Amino acid sequence: MQTTFLGYRRENGRVGVRNHVIILPVDDLSNAACEAVAHNIKGTLAIPHPYGRLQFGADLDLHFRTLIGTGANPNVAAVIVIGIEEQWTKKVVDGIAATGKPVTGFGIELHGDHDTIMRASKAAREYLQWASEGHRVECALAELWVSCKCGESDTTSGCGSNPTVGDAFDKLYAAGCTLVFGETTELTGGEQIVAARCRDERVRADFMRMFDRYQEVINRHKTSDLSDSQPTKGNIAGGLTTIEEKALGNIQKIGRKCVVDGVLDKAEAPTGPGLWFMDSSSAAAEMVTLCAAAGYVVHFFPTGQGNVIGNPILPVIKICANPRTVRTMSEHVDVDTSGLLQREITMSEAGDKLLDMMFRTANGRLTAAEALGHREFVLTRLYESA
Amino acid sequence: MIHCVLHDPQDSVAVVVVEGVKAGTRLTGLILDEDRTITLPCVQDIPLGHKVALKDMAAGDTVIKYGTDIGRVVQPIRKGEHAHVHNIKTKRW
Repeated sequence: MQTTFLGYRRENGRVGVRNHVIILPVDDLSNAACEAVAHNIKGTLAIPHPYGRLQFGADLDLHFRTLIGTGANPNVAAVIVIGIEEQWTKKVVDGIAATGKPVTGFGIELHGDHDTIMRASKAAREYLQWASEGHRVECALAELWVSCKCGESDTTSGCGSNPTVGDAFDKLYAAGCTLVFGETTELTGGEQIVAARCRDERVRADFMRMFDRYQEVINRHKTSDLSDSQPTKGNIAGGLTTIEEKALGNIQKIGRKCVVDGVLDKAEAPTGPGLWFMDSSSAAAEMVTLCAAAGYVVHFFPTGQGNVIGNPILPVIKICANPRTVRTMSEHVDVDTSGLLQREITMSEAGDKLLDMMFRTANGRLTAAEALGHREFVLTRLYESA
Repeated sequence: MIHCVLHDPQDSVAVVVVEGVKAGTRLTGLILDEDRTITLPCVQDIPLGHKVALKDMAAGDTVIKYGTDIGRVVQPIRKGEHAHVHNIKTKRW
């Protein structure tokens, strides 16, 4: 296996594999100005979203943590932040500025869209031209942070694409990388297997506390049962029958040797290498957005029936072992491991095939989702606004 | 050709991994954990990705896949039949 890749080293020492200049709205009201700036300055990227007003408590904390984490992600070179008012805008700017990267904020009130767009466009142009002179340097594999989450799973996920990720995770874990998995409710039926893989009693207790809390949420809000949502209609069409079957397929992604070294709250950055569990929704775009906000720079996304998801700043590598999906949705598939199901390749060879694509992606190759313009950015909400 | 795969030799269901499996086909199944094959009957058409029963099961029986409990039988299933939401249900939620 290769031991280095070519990345962008940021001011705080972290390494990214993309060099985005993003235009980040604090709230829904600022999307129009952000999109206007990105239209003016070609090569910058607006990241519109529908939230950021009248949130409070833990839900507001998560909103800020996700926006700040997105701006702080090492795949981002510089950030323009635009919000309707100054104070929350400054909070996001200050959070991103702690990384040392260039960031400037603009409040729309007392200025209006026109003046804000003009001033933000000038700053964005300077950032873009500065970032365009950045260059890739050789970085150690251990500096790569890799996240995983599967979607539109079917039974081929559990016997093909997910264990491919598991094999790759085992190898990356041994190399000292920083890894994460999540999808709390999609471990239902396999939670004891995950618990048994935790490093020690403290991590196991943290994991089970997060798992049990999410089960309580499900039980509080469910109607008859959750069979209309978990497994999804797509999962059932693909042959998955119960949440237990889906979960046992899901946890193939953490391989056979990785140890769960710690747990993370949503969008929380890990404090060291190893495999982390993030308490999260199992909805694809929500989970991938949280991984990006936690600082991960490459994502493994196994799919069975063919999820098309991408992310604005995090390259999403799709792995598929379903021969029909590979045939009918080939433009979405980066790594085809359908040969596993006919014993044409071994699991270790499938894992190596994914790792080869990971290195190519880290070095700059665009993923299928990037080429197709998939930039799903979905903020997780914890409860109603005030 | 491998028609279906199972994870553990104790599994009571296997996953069909090719398109067009018809009733009457003699299926070749790959046990992934042991890298050996078995043969079994197929008595119903089964779509790609869906499961075939490896043994007769009665209502209330536990269905095993990955060597682990994945739910309970709610309608009797015969060996070689299609095993899915019409005859298996979660034990959770």
